[in-house]
Amino acid sequence: MRKQALLFLQNNAFHGKRWIRHLVLLAAVFVIAAPVLCALIFSTQTPAQIFSYPPKLSFGSAAIDNYTMAWETYKLGLYMKNSLFIAVTVTLGKTLTAFLAATAFVYLRLPFRGFFFAFVLMTLMMPTEIMIIALFDRITDLGWADSYLALTIPFMASATSVFLFRQHFLQIPLELVDAARVDGIGLPSFMIRILLPMSRHVIAAMALIDFVYVWNQYLWPLVIIRDGSRQVVQVGLRMMTAGQDATHWGVVMAGAVITLVPPLLLFFILQKVLVLGVGLGQEK
Amino acid sequence: MTSFSSNRWLGLLLLLPTLLILIVFLYTPILETLRLSFYQVSFLGLREEFCGLSNYRDLFFEPGYRRMFRATLIFTFFTVTGSMGLGLLLAIMIHNAGAWKGLYRLFLIWPYALSPAVAGVIFLFLFSNQVGIVNAGLNAVFGRHPDWLARPGLAMGVVVGAAIWKNVGYNVIFYLAALSALPRDVLEAARMDGAGMGMRFGRVLLPLLAPMTLFLLVVNLMYAVFDVFPVVDLITRGGPSDATLLMIYSLYRDGFEFLKTGMAAAQSVLLLGAVAFLSFVKFRIYGKGIYYGGRR
Repeated sequence: MRKQALLFLQNNAFHGKRWIRHLVLLAAVFVIAAPVLCALIFSTQTPAQIFSYPPKLSFGSAAIDNYTMAWETYKLGLYMKNSLFIAVTVTLGKTLTAFLAATAFVYLRLPFRGFFFAFVLMTLMMPTEIMIIALFDRITDLGWADSYLALTIPFMASATSVFLFRQHFLQIPLELVDAARVDGIGLPSFMIRILLPMSRHVIAAMALIDFVYVWNQYLWPLVIIRDGSRQVVQVGLRMMTAGQDATHWGVVMAGAVITLVPPLLLFFILQKVLVLGVGLGQEK
Repeated sequence: MTSFSSNRWLGLLLLLPTLLILIVFLYTPILETLRLSFYQVSFLGLREEFCGLSNYRDLFFEPGYRRMFRATLIFTFFTVTGSMGLGLLLAIMIHNAGAWKGLYRLFLIWPYALSPAVAGVIFLFLFSNQVGIVNAGLNAVFGRHPDWLARPGLAMGVVVGAAIWKNVGYNVIFYLAALSALPRDVLEAARMDGAGMGMRFGRVLLPLLAPMTLFLLVVNLMYAVFDVFPVVDLITRGGPSDATLLMIYSLYRDGFEFLKTGMAAAQSVLLLGAVAFLSFVKFRIYGKGIYYGGRR
Protein backbone atom coordinates (compact mmCIF):
# COMPACT_ATOMS: atom_id res chain seq x y z
CA MET A 1 0.00 0.00 0.00
CA ARG A 2 2.71 2.39 1.01
CA LYS A 3 4.74 1.33 -1.95
CA GLN A 4 1.84 2.08 -4.24
CA ALA A 5 1.34 5.48 -2.71
CA LEU A 6 4.97 6.24 -3.18
CA LEU A 7 4.85 5.09 -6.76
CA PHE A 8 1.79 7.24 -7.35
CA LEU A 9 3.51 10.23 -5.84
CA GLN A 10 6.57 9.66 -7.96
CA ASN A 11 4.55 9.31 -11.13
CA ASN A 12 2.53 12.33 -10.28
CA ALA A 13 5.62 14.37 -9.58
CA PHE A 14 6.99 13.17 -12.85
CA HIS A 15 3.90 14.25 -14.73
CA GLY A 16 3.87 17.54 -12.91
CA LYS A 17 7.42 18.20 -14.00
CA ARG A 18 6.62 17.21 -17.55
CA TRP A 19 3.76 19.67 -17.67
CA ILE A 20 5.96 22.45 -16.40
CA ARG A 21 8.59 21.56 -18.94
CA HIS A 22 6.13 21.74 -21.82
CA LEU A 23 4.69 24.96 -20.47
CA VAL A 24 8.13 26.57 -20.27
CA LEU A 25 9.08 25.32 -23.71
CA LEU A 26 5.85 26.61 -25.24
CA ALA A 27 6.44 29.96 -23.57
CA ALA A 28 9.96 29.99 -25.02
CA VAL A 29 8.60 29.17 -28.48
CA PHE A 30 6.23 32.11 -28.12
CA VAL A 31 8.89 34.54 -26.85
CA ILE A 32 11.23 33.56 -29.67
CA ALA A 33 8.49 34.02 -32.25
CA ALA A 34 7.04 37.22 -30.80
CA PRO A 35 9.35 39.78 -32.47
CA VAL A 36 8.74 38.37 -35.94
CA LEU A 37 5.00 37.99 -35.28
CA CYS A 38 4.91 41.66 -34.28
CA ALA A 39 6.79 42.61 -37.44
CA LEU A 40 4.29 40.60 -39.48
CA ILE A 41 1.28 42.23 -37.84
CA PHE A 42 2.53 45.80 -37.99
CA SER A 43 3.67 45.37 -41.57
CA THR A 44 -0.02 45.38 -42.49
CA GLN A 45 -1.02 48.53 -40.61
CA THR A 46 -1.35 52.13 -41.72
CA PRO A 47 0.65 54.81 -39.86
CA ALA A 48 -2.51 55.82 -38.03
CA GLN A 49 -3.10 52.25 -36.90
CA ILE A 50 0.52 51.91 -35.74
CA PHE A 51 0.38 55.15 -33.77
CA SER A 52 -2.93 54.33 -32.14
CA TYR A 53 -2.95 53.65 -28.43
CA PRO A 54 -3.37 50.98 -27.22
CA PRO A 55 -1.67 49.29 -30.20
CA LYS A 56 -3.80 46.92 -32.21
CA LEU A 57 -2.44 43.40 -32.32
CA SER A 58 -4.47 42.47 -35.36
CA PHE A 59 -3.82 42.69 -39.06
CA GLY A 60 -4.39 46.14 -40.50
CA SER A 61 -5.67 47.34 -43.83
CA ALA A 62 -2.45 48.47 -45.52
CA ALA A 63 -0.74 45.16 -46.24
CA ILE A 64 -0.69 45.53 -50.01
CA ASP A 65 0.28 49.22 -49.86
CA ASN A 66 3.14 48.61 -47.42
CA TYR A 67 4.63 45.66 -49.25
CA THR A 68 4.36 47.36 -52.64
CA MET A 69 5.99 50.47 -51.24
CA ALA A 70 8.86 48.52 -49.67
CA TRP A 71 9.34 46.51 -52.85
CA GLU A 72 9.14 49.40 -55.33
CA THR A 73 9.61 52.82 -53.70
CA TYR A 74 12.33 51.56 -51.36
CA LYS A 75 13.69 49.28 -54.12
CA LEU A 76 13.84 46.16 -51.98
CA GLY A 77 12.95 44.15 -55.06
CA LEU A 78 16.06 45.39 -56.82
CA TYR A 79 18.27 44.90 -53.74
CA MET A 80 16.89 41.43 -53.32
CA LYS A 81 17.85 40.60 -56.89
CA ASN A 82 21.36 41.97 -56.23
CA SER A 83 21.74 39.96 -53.03
CA LEU A 84 20.51 36.84 -54.78
CA PHE A 85 22.93 37.31 -57.66
CA ILE A 86 25.88 37.96 -55.36
CA ALA A 87 25.07 35.08 -53.03
CA VAL A 88 24.71 32.60 -55.91
CA THR A 89 27.87 33.84 -57.64
CA VAL A 90 30.00 33.66 -54.48
CA THR A 91 28.61 30.25 -53.57
CA LEU A 92 29.41 28.84 -57.01
CA GLY A 93 32.84 30.49 -57.11
CA LYS A 94 33.79 29.33 -53.63
CA THR A 95 32.73 25.78 -54.38
CA LEU A 96 34.69 25.73 -57.63
CA THR A 97 37.97 27.15 -56.26
CA ALA A 98 37.79 24.91 -53.20
CA PHE A 99 37.04 21.85 -55.31
CA LEU A 100 40.06 22.55 -57.52
CA ALA A 101 42.34 23.26 -54.56
CA ALA A 102 41.30 20.16 -52.64
CA THR A 103 41.86 18.03 -55.75
CA ALA A 104 45.37 19.44 -55.96
CA PHE A 105 46.01 18.69 -52.29
CA VAL A 106 44.77 15.10 -52.43
CA TYR A 107 45.31 13.79 -55.96
CA LEU A 108 48.22 15.70 -57.43
CA ARG A 109 51.91 15.99 -56.92
CA LEU A 110 52.38 19.32 -55.21
CA PRO A 111 55.62 20.94 -54.12
CA PHE A 112 55.51 22.36 -50.55
CA ARG A 113 52.16 20.70 -49.94
CA GLY A 114 52.31 21.21 -46.18
CA PHE A 115 53.23 24.85 -46.49
CA PHE A 116 50.41 25.61 -48.92
CA PHE A 117 47.89 23.79 -46.80
CA ALA A 118 48.92 25.76 -43.74
CA PHE A 119 48.81 28.93 -45.83
CA VAL A 120 45.19 28.25 -46.73
CA LEU A 121 44.11 27.12 -43.26
CA MET A 122 45.68 30.15 -41.58
CA THR A 123 43.07 32.36 -43.23
CA LEU A 124 40.48 30.90 -40.88
CA MET A 125 41.88 33.35 -38.36
CA MET A 126 41.25 36.39 -40.53
CA PRO A 127 37.66 37.63 -40.64
CA THR A 128 37.08 40.16 -43.41
CA GLU A 129 35.85 42.74 -40.91
CA ILE A 130 39.34 43.02 -39.47
CA MET A 131 41.07 44.23 -42.60
CA ILE A 132 38.15 46.18 -43.97
CA ILE A 133 40.20 49.39 -43.97
CA ALA A 134 42.99 48.01 -46.15
CA LEU A 135 40.60 45.95 -48.26
CA PHE A 136 38.66 49.12 -48.98
CA ASP A 137 41.85 50.78 -50.27
CA ARG A 138 42.78 47.73 -52.32
CA ILE A 139 39.36 47.53 -53.99
CA THR A 140 39.31 51.28 -54.64
CA ASP A 141 42.78 51.09 -56.22
CA LEU A 142 41.56 48.30 -58.46
CA GLY A 143 38.69 50.54 -59.52
CA TRP A 144 36.18 48.01 -58.25
CA ALA A 145 34.34 50.24 -55.80
CA ASP A 146 30.59 50.31 -56.43
CA SER A 147 30.74 47.14 -58.48
CA TYR A 148 29.61 43.57 -58.09
CA LEU A 149 33.27 42.58 -58.39
CA ALA A 150 33.93 44.12 -54.97
CA LEU A 151 31.14 42.06 -53.44
CA THR A 152 32.06 38.76 -55.04
CA ILE A 153 35.69 38.18 -56.02
CA PRO A 154 37.35 38.77 -52.58
CA PHE A 155 35.09 36.09 -51.05
CA MET A 156 35.63 33.37 -53.60
CA ALA A 157 38.29 31.47 -51.70
CA SER A 158 37.39 29.55 -48.59
CA ALA A 159 39.62 27.69 -46.17
CA THR A 160 36.63 25.91 -44.68
CA SER A 161 35.47 24.54 -48.02
CA VAL A 162 38.97 23.44 -49.04
CA PHE A 163 39.34 21.68 -45.72
CA LEU A 164 35.97 19.93 -45.99
CA PHE A 165 36.51 18.82 -49.58
CA ARG A 166 39.94 17.50 -48.62
CA GLN A 167 38.55 15.54 -45.66
CA HIS A 168 35.88 14.11 -47.92
CA PHE A 169 38.32 13.14 -50.69
CA LEU A 170 40.59 11.41 -48.20
CA GLN A 171 37.72 9.09 -47.33
CA ILE A 172 37.26 8.01 -50.92
CA PRO A 173 39.19 4.77 -51.45
CA LEU A 174 42.39 5.15 -53.42
CA GLU A 175 41.57 2.07 -55.53
CA LEU A 176 39.13 4.30 -57.33
CA VAL A 177 41.97 6.50 -58.54
CA ASP A 178 43.99 3.50 -59.67
CA ALA A 179 40.99 2.04 -61.48
CA ALA A 180 40.37 5.36 -63.18
CA ARG A 181 43.97 5.56 -64.28
CA VAL A 182 44.01 1.99 -65.54
CA ASP A 183 40.89 2.79 -67.55
CA GLY A 184 42.76 5.69 -69.05
CA ILE A 185 40.45 8.37 -67.71
CA GLY A 186 42.06 11.81 -67.61
CA LEU A 187 42.05 14.13 -64.62
CA PRO A 188 39.24 16.37 -65.91
CA SER A 189 36.81 13.53 -66.44
CA PHE A 190 37.87 11.94 -63.14
CA MET A 191 36.94 15.18 -61.42
CA ILE A 192 33.68 15.70 -63.25
CA ARG A 193 32.44 12.14 -63.52
CA ILE A 194 33.68 10.65 -60.27
CA LEU A 195 34.69 13.24 -57.66
CA LEU A 196 31.86 15.70 -58.28
CA PRO A 197 28.95 13.25 -57.99
CA MET A 198 30.57 11.63 -54.95
CA SER A 199 30.74 15.02 -53.21
CA ARG A 200 27.19 16.21 -53.74
CA HIS A 201 26.17 16.01 -50.06
CA VAL A 202 29.23 17.96 -48.97
CA ILE A 203 28.56 20.51 -51.69
CA ALA A 204 24.91 20.89 -50.68
CA ALA A 205 25.75 21.57 -47.03
CA MET A 206 28.53 23.99 -47.90
CA ALA A 207 26.46 25.83 -50.48
CA LEU A 208 23.67 26.40 -48.00
CA ILE A 209 26.05 27.82 -45.40
CA ASP A 210 27.89 29.99 -47.93
CA PHE A 211 24.61 31.31 -49.30
CA VAL A 212 23.32 32.39 -45.90
CA TYR A 213 26.71 33.91 -45.03
CA VAL A 214 26.79 36.06 -48.15
CA TRP A 215 23.09 36.91 -47.90
CA ASN A 216 23.68 38.27 -44.39
CA GLN A 217 26.66 40.45 -45.33
CA TYR A 218 26.21 44.01 -44.17
CA LEU A 219 29.32 45.93 -43.14
CA TRP A 220 31.31 45.37 -46.33
CA PRO A 221 28.54 46.37 -48.79
CA LEU A 222 27.74 49.32 -46.53
CA VAL A 223 31.20 50.82 -46.99
CA ILE A 224 32.10 49.76 -50.52
CA ILE A 225 28.79 50.31 -52.37
CA ARG A 226 27.64 53.92 -52.71
CA ASP A 227 25.62 53.52 -55.88
CA GLY A 228 22.07 52.79 -54.79
CA SER A 229 21.27 50.51 -57.69
CA ARG A 230 23.93 47.95 -56.74
CA GLN A 231 23.21 47.76 -53.03
CA VAL A 232 22.28 44.55 -51.19
CA VAL A 233 19.05 43.96 -49.35
CA GLN A 234 20.49 44.11 -45.79
CA VAL A 235 21.80 47.63 -46.33
CA GLY A 236 18.59 48.49 -48.18
CA LEU A 237 16.82 47.74 -44.91
CA ARG A 238 19.09 50.24 -43.18
CA MET A 239 18.26 52.91 -45.71
CA MET A 240 14.55 52.51 -44.91
CA THR A 241 15.09 53.48 -41.27
CA ALA A 242 17.22 56.51 -42.09
CA GLY A 243 14.78 59.24 -41.05
CA GLN A 244 14.08 58.20 -37.46
CA ASP A 245 11.04 60.36 -36.85
CA ALA A 246 9.53 60.18 -40.27
CA THR A 247 10.09 56.44 -40.44
CA HIS A 248 7.10 54.73 -41.98
CA TRP A 249 7.17 51.71 -39.67
CA GLY A 250 4.58 49.67 -41.52
CA VAL A 251 6.71 49.79 -44.65
CA VAL A 252 9.92 49.10 -42.71
CA MET A 253 8.38 46.03 -41.09
CA ALA A 254 7.21 44.90 -44.53
CA GLY A 255 10.83 45.29 -45.63
CA ALA A 256 12.05 43.23 -42.67
CA VAL A 257 9.55 40.48 -43.48
CA ILE A 258 10.57 40.47 -47.15
CA THR A 259 14.25 40.25 -46.20
CA LEU A 260 13.85 37.41 -43.75
CA VAL A 261 11.80 35.17 -46.04
CA PRO A 262 14.51 33.66 -48.32
CA PRO A 263 16.94 32.38 -45.65
CA LEU A 264 14.06 31.30 -43.43
CA LEU A 265 12.50 29.37 -46.30
CA LEU A 266 15.83 27.68 -47.02
CA PHE A 267 16.14 26.91 -43.33
CA PHE A 268 12.77 25.20 -43.04
CA ILE A 269 13.29 23.21 -46.24
CA LEU A 270 16.84 22.16 -45.47
CA GLN A 271 17.03 22.40 -41.69
CA LYS A 272 18.54 18.92 -41.33
CA VAL A 273 21.47 19.88 -43.55
CA LEU A 274 21.86 23.19 -41.77
CA VAL A 275 21.77 21.60 -38.33
CA LEU A 276 24.45 19.13 -39.40
CA GLY A 277 26.62 21.71 -41.07
CA VAL A 278 25.94 24.56 -38.72
CA GLY A 279 29.26 24.10 -36.98
CA LEU A 280 30.91 25.52 -40.03
CA GLY A 281 28.45 28.34 -40.37
CA GLN A 282 30.55 30.91 -38.61
CA GLU A 283 33.56 30.38 -40.77
CA LYS A 284 34.15 32.02 -44.05
CA MET B 1 50.71 9.03 -52.06
CA THR B 2 48.99 8.24 -55.26
CA SER B 3 49.04 11.18 -57.57
CA PHE B 4 47.04 11.46 -60.71
CA SER B 5 49.60 13.11 -62.89
CA SER B 6 53.35 13.37 -62.86
CA ASN B 7 53.18 16.99 -63.94
CA ARG B 8 54.29 19.08 -60.97
CA TRP B 9 52.72 22.25 -62.29
CA LEU B 10 49.22 20.90 -62.65
CA GLY B 11 48.64 20.89 -58.90
CA LEU B 12 49.84 24.44 -58.56
CA LEU B 13 47.58 25.46 -61.40
CA LEU B 14 44.52 24.08 -59.61
CA LEU B 15 45.61 25.75 -56.40
CA LEU B 16 46.24 29.07 -58.10
CA PRO B 17 42.76 30.66 -57.89
CA THR B 18 42.57 30.02 -54.15
CA LEU B 19 46.11 31.25 -53.52
CA LEU B 20 45.66 34.34 -55.64
CA ILE B 21 42.47 35.44 -53.90
CA LEU B 22 43.89 34.75 -50.45
CA ILE B 23 47.06 36.71 -51.18
CA VAL B 24 45.40 39.68 -52.86
CA PHE B 25 42.34 40.04 -50.65
CA LEU B 26 43.40 38.58 -47.32
CA TYR B 27 47.12 38.34 -46.64
CA THR B 28 48.33 41.61 -48.12
CA PRO B 29 45.44 43.64 -46.65
CA ILE B 30 46.32 42.20 -43.24
CA LEU B 31 49.92 43.33 -43.63
CA GLU B 32 48.75 46.70 -44.91
CA THR B 33 46.47 47.07 -41.87
CA LEU B 34 49.42 46.33 -39.63
CA ARG B 35 51.46 49.00 -41.42
CA LEU B 36 48.67 51.57 -41.33
CA SER B 37 48.32 51.13 -37.57
CA PHE B 38 51.68 52.93 -37.22
CA TYR B 39 50.60 55.87 -39.36
CA GLN B 40 48.39 58.88 -39.09
CA VAL B 41 46.48 59.34 -42.31
CA SER B 42 44.94 62.67 -43.16
CA PHE B 43 43.47 64.66 -46.03
CA LEU B 44 41.18 61.84 -47.12
CA GLY B 45 44.01 59.36 -47.19
CA LEU B 46 46.32 61.55 -49.21
CA ARG B 47 48.95 62.19 -46.55
CA GLU B 48 50.52 59.54 -44.38
CA GLU B 49 52.71 60.30 -41.44
CA PHE B 50 54.59 57.71 -39.44
CA CYS B 51 53.65 58.01 -35.80
CA GLY B 52 55.07 54.90 -34.20
CA LEU B 53 52.95 53.48 -31.42
CA SER B 54 50.95 56.62 -30.76
CA ASN B 55 47.75 55.12 -32.18
CA TYR B 56 48.06 52.24 -29.73
CA ARG B 57 48.86 54.62 -26.90
CA ASP B 58 45.70 56.61 -27.63
CA LEU B 59 43.72 53.41 -27.83
CA PHE B 60 44.73 52.34 -24.34
CA PHE B 61 44.82 55.68 -22.57
CA GLU B 62 42.21 57.97 -24.11
CA PRO B 63 39.03 57.97 -22.00
CA GLY B 64 36.85 57.60 -25.11
CA TYR B 65 38.51 54.37 -26.12
CA ARG B 66 38.54 53.09 -22.57
CA ARG B 67 34.78 53.56 -22.47
CA MET B 68 34.62 51.68 -25.76
CA PHE B 69 36.53 48.72 -24.29
CA ARG B 70 34.25 48.76 -21.28
CA ALA B 71 31.13 48.74 -23.44
CA THR B 72 32.58 45.91 -25.53
CA LEU B 73 33.34 43.83 -22.43
CA ILE B 74 29.91 44.40 -20.92
CA PHE B 75 28.15 43.61 -24.16
CA THR B 76 30.25 40.51 -24.80
CA PHE B 77 29.83 39.19 -21.27
CA PHE B 78 26.04 39.47 -21.20
CA THR B 79 25.52 38.30 -24.76
CA VAL B 80 27.73 35.24 -24.42
CA THR B 81 26.57 34.14 -20.96
CA GLY B 82 22.96 34.91 -21.87
CA SER B 83 22.81 33.00 -25.11
CA MET B 84 24.89 30.08 -23.82
CA GLY B 85 22.99 29.81 -20.54
CA LEU B 86 19.59 29.99 -22.21
CA GLY B 87 20.84 27.65 -24.93
CA LEU B 88 21.86 25.00 -22.40
CA LEU B 89 18.65 25.36 -20.43
CA LEU B 90 16.45 25.05 -23.52
CA ALA B 91 18.53 22.17 -24.87
CA ILE B 92 18.13 20.18 -21.64
CA MET B 93 14.39 20.75 -21.68
CA ILE B 94 14.07 19.86 -25.35
CA HIS B 95 16.26 16.79 -24.82
CA ASN B 96 13.77 15.50 -22.24
CA ALA B 97 10.66 16.51 -24.16
CA GLY B 98 10.09 13.05 -25.65
CA ALA B 99 8.10 12.86 -28.86
CA TRP B 100 7.96 16.66 -29.23
CA LYS B 101 11.71 16.98 -29.40
CA GLY B 102 12.06 17.63 -33.13
CA LEU B 103 9.23 20.14 -33.20
CA TYR B 104 10.50 22.11 -30.22
CA ARG B 105 13.97 22.20 -31.69
CA LEU B 106 12.68 23.52 -34.99
CA PHE B 107 10.60 26.26 -33.37
CA LEU B 108 13.31 27.37 -30.98
CA ILE B 109 16.28 27.62 -33.32
CA TRP B 110 14.93 29.30 -36.45
CA PRO B 111 16.02 32.90 -35.65
CA TYR B 112 19.51 31.57 -36.25
CA ALA B 113 18.69 31.66 -39.97
CA LEU B 114 17.76 35.36 -39.89
CA SER B 115 20.29 38.07 -40.56
CA PRO B 116 21.50 40.30 -37.71
CA ALA B 117 20.18 43.26 -39.71
CA VAL B 118 16.63 41.91 -39.56
CA ALA B 119 17.01 41.32 -35.82
CA GLY B 120 18.25 44.90 -35.49
CA VAL B 121 15.46 46.57 -37.41
CA ILE B 122 12.72 44.60 -35.63
CA PHE B 123 14.12 45.35 -32.16
CA LEU B 124 14.50 49.01 -33.12
CA PHE B 125 10.78 49.07 -33.80
CA LEU B 126 9.76 47.04 -30.73
CA PHE B 127 11.65 49.34 -28.36
CA SER B 128 10.97 52.60 -30.15
CA ASN B 129 9.69 55.31 -27.83
CA GLN B 130 6.64 56.43 -29.79
CA VAL B 131 5.32 53.30 -31.42
CA GLY B 132 7.16 50.46 -29.66
CA ILE B 133 4.91 47.67 -28.48
CA VAL B 134 7.19 47.01 -25.49
CA ASN B 135 6.50 50.41 -24.00
CA ALA B 136 2.83 50.16 -24.80
CA GLY B 137 2.77 46.93 -22.81
CA LEU B 138 4.83 48.30 -19.93
CA ASN B 139 2.68 51.40 -19.78
CA ALA B 140 -0.52 49.40 -19.64
CA VAL B 141 0.74 47.08 -16.87
CA PHE B 142 3.15 49.18 -14.81
CA GLY B 143 2.38 52.69 -15.98
CA ARG B 144 5.98 53.18 -17.11
CA HIS B 145 7.43 53.82 -20.51
CA PRO B 146 11.19 54.36 -20.33
CA ASP B 147 12.89 55.78 -23.38
CA TRP B 148 14.92 52.64 -24.02
CA LEU B 149 17.21 53.92 -26.73
CA ALA B 150 17.98 57.24 -25.03
CA ARG B 151 19.24 55.76 -21.76
CA PRO B 152 22.69 54.16 -21.77
CA GLY B 153 21.98 51.09 -19.63
CA LEU B 154 18.65 50.35 -21.26
CA ALA B 155 20.03 50.80 -24.78
CA MET B 156 22.75 48.29 -23.95
CA GLY B 157 20.03 45.95 -22.71
CA VAL B 158 18.12 46.20 -25.99
CA VAL B 159 21.21 45.52 -28.08
CA VAL B 160 22.17 42.56 -25.89
CA GLY B 161 18.59 41.27 -26.10
CA ALA B 162 18.57 41.42 -29.88
CA ALA B 163 21.96 39.69 -30.07
CA ILE B 164 20.85 36.90 -27.72
CA TRP B 165 17.53 36.42 -29.49
CA LYS B 166 19.32 35.99 -32.78
CA ASN B 167 21.97 33.55 -31.53
CA VAL B 168 20.46 31.40 -28.80
CA GLY B 169 19.31 28.79 -31.35
CA TYR B 170 22.87 28.12 -32.38
CA ASN B 171 23.78 27.05 -28.85
CA VAL B 172 20.62 24.95 -28.58
CA ILE B 173 21.64 22.97 -31.68
CA PHE B 174 25.09 22.21 -30.36
CA TYR B 175 24.09 21.46 -26.78
CA LEU B 176 21.41 19.11 -28.09
CA ALA B 177 24.02 17.29 -30.16
CA ALA B 178 26.30 17.03 -27.12
CA LEU B 179 23.46 15.83 -24.90
CA SER B 180 22.45 13.06 -27.25
CA ALA B 181 26.07 11.91 -27.46
CA LEU B 182 26.38 11.62 -23.69
CA PRO B 183 26.78 8.18 -22.16
CA ARG B 184 23.33 7.38 -20.78
CA ASP B 185 24.61 5.01 -18.10
CA VAL B 186 26.52 7.71 -16.25
CA LEU B 187 23.46 9.90 -15.78
CA GLU B 188 21.39 6.84 -14.96
CA ALA B 189 23.94 5.75 -12.34
CA ALA B 190 23.89 9.20 -10.77
CA ARG B 191 20.11 9.04 -10.56
CA MET B 192 20.26 5.56 -8.97
CA ASP B 193 22.77 6.79 -6.42
CA GLY B 194 20.17 9.28 -5.34
CA ALA B 195 21.83 12.41 -6.66
CA GLY B 196 19.34 15.26 -6.74
CA MET B 197 18.67 17.37 -9.76
CA GLY B 198 21.08 20.13 -8.78
CA MET B 199 23.76 17.60 -7.96
CA ARG B 200 23.28 15.71 -11.24
CA PHE B 201 23.46 18.98 -13.14
CA GLY B 202 26.50 20.42 -11.38
CA ARG B 203 28.58 17.34 -10.71
CA VAL B 204 27.76 15.15 -13.70
CA LEU B 205 26.20 17.00 -16.59
CA LEU B 206 28.27 20.18 -16.58
CA PRO B 207 31.66 18.44 -16.51
CA LEU B 208 30.52 16.11 -19.30
CA LEU B 209 29.49 19.11 -21.36
CA ALA B 210 32.66 21.07 -20.64
CA PRO B 211 34.40 20.45 -23.98
CA MET B 212 31.31 21.55 -25.91
CA THR B 213 30.94 24.56 -23.63
CA LEU B 214 34.50 25.61 -24.34
CA PHE B 215 33.95 25.25 -28.08
CA LEU B 216 30.72 27.25 -27.94
CA LEU B 217 32.42 29.88 -25.80
CA VAL B 218 34.93 30.52 -28.57
CA VAL B 219 32.29 30.65 -31.30
CA ASN B 220 30.00 32.89 -29.24
CA LEU B 221 32.84 35.26 -28.41
CA MET B 222 33.56 35.66 -32.12
CA TYR B 223 29.87 36.26 -32.79
CA ALA B 224 29.64 38.88 -30.06
CA VAL B 225 32.71 40.69 -31.33
CA PHE B 226 32.15 40.64 -35.11
CA ASP B 227 28.67 39.67 -36.23
CA VAL B 228 26.75 42.16 -34.15
CA PHE B 229 27.70 45.18 -36.21
CA PRO B 230 24.30 45.42 -37.96
CA VAL B 231 22.48 45.10 -34.64
CA VAL B 232 24.33 48.08 -33.16
CA ASP B 233 24.23 50.05 -36.40
CA LEU B 234 20.47 49.74 -36.75
CA ILE B 235 19.37 50.06 -33.13
CA THR B 236 21.66 52.61 -31.48
CA ARG B 237 24.50 53.61 -33.85
CA GLY B 238 26.79 53.36 -30.83
CA GLY B 239 24.74 55.77 -28.73
CA PRO B 240 23.41 57.16 -26.50
CA SER B 241 26.62 59.00 -25.58
CA ASP B 242 28.72 56.07 -26.83
CA ALA B 243 27.16 53.64 -24.35
CA THR B 244 26.84 50.93 -27.00
CA LEU B 245 29.96 51.85 -28.95
CA LEU B 246 31.41 48.37 -29.42
CA MET B 247 34.87 47.83 -30.83
CA ILE B 248 33.68 46.73 -34.28
CA TYR B 249 31.46 49.81 -34.49
CA SER B 250 34.22 52.12 -33.26
CA LEU B 251 36.51 50.65 -35.91
CA TYR B 252 33.95 51.39 -38.61
CA ARG B 253 33.32 54.91 -37.32
CA ASP B 254 37.00 55.78 -37.10
CA GLY B 255 37.75 54.27 -40.48
CA PHE B 256 34.82 55.48 -42.55
CA GLU B 257 33.14 58.38 -40.76
CA PHE B 258 35.90 60.16 -38.86
CA LEU B 259 38.53 59.10 -41.44
CA LYS B 260 41.02 58.26 -38.70
CA THR B 261 42.46 55.41 -40.71
CA GLY B 262 45.43 54.79 -38.41
CA MET B 263 43.25 54.48 -35.32
CA ALA B 264 40.90 52.14 -37.13
CA ALA B 265 43.85 50.03 -38.25
CA ALA B 266 45.20 49.84 -34.69
CA GLN B 267 41.83 48.59 -33.49
CA SER B 268 41.82 46.01 -36.29
CA VAL B 269 45.21 44.75 -35.18
CA LEU B 270 43.98 44.32 -31.60
CA LEU B 271 40.97 42.38 -32.86
CA LEU B 272 43.22 40.29 -35.06
CA GLY B 273 45.26 39.30 -32.01
CA ALA B 274 42.09 38.33 -30.16
CA VAL B 275 40.77 36.30 -33.08
CA ALA B 276 44.07 34.53 -33.64
CA PHE B 277 44.07 33.49 -30.00
CA LEU B 278 40.46 32.29 -30.12
CA SER B 279 41.08 30.37 -33.35
CA PHE B 280 44.08 28.71 -31.79
CA VAL B 281 41.97 27.57 -28.86
CA LYS B 282 39.30 26.33 -31.26
CA PHE B 283 41.78 24.29 -33.28
CA ARG B 284 43.09 22.74 -30.09
CA ILE B 285 39.57 21.74 -29.13
CA TYR B 286 38.89 20.35 -32.59
CA GLY B 287 42.11 18.39 -32.28
CA LYS B 288 41.01 16.83 -29.03
CA GLY B 289 37.57 15.97 -30.36
CA ILE B 290 34.62 17.73 -28.81
CA TYR B 291 32.28 14.75 -28.69
CA TYR B 292 32.29 12.24 -25.90
CA GLY B 293 30.84 8.75 -25.94
CA GLY B 294 33.74 6.84 -27.41
CA ARG B 295 33.75 8.50 -30.81
CA ARG B 296 36.84 10.61 -30.94
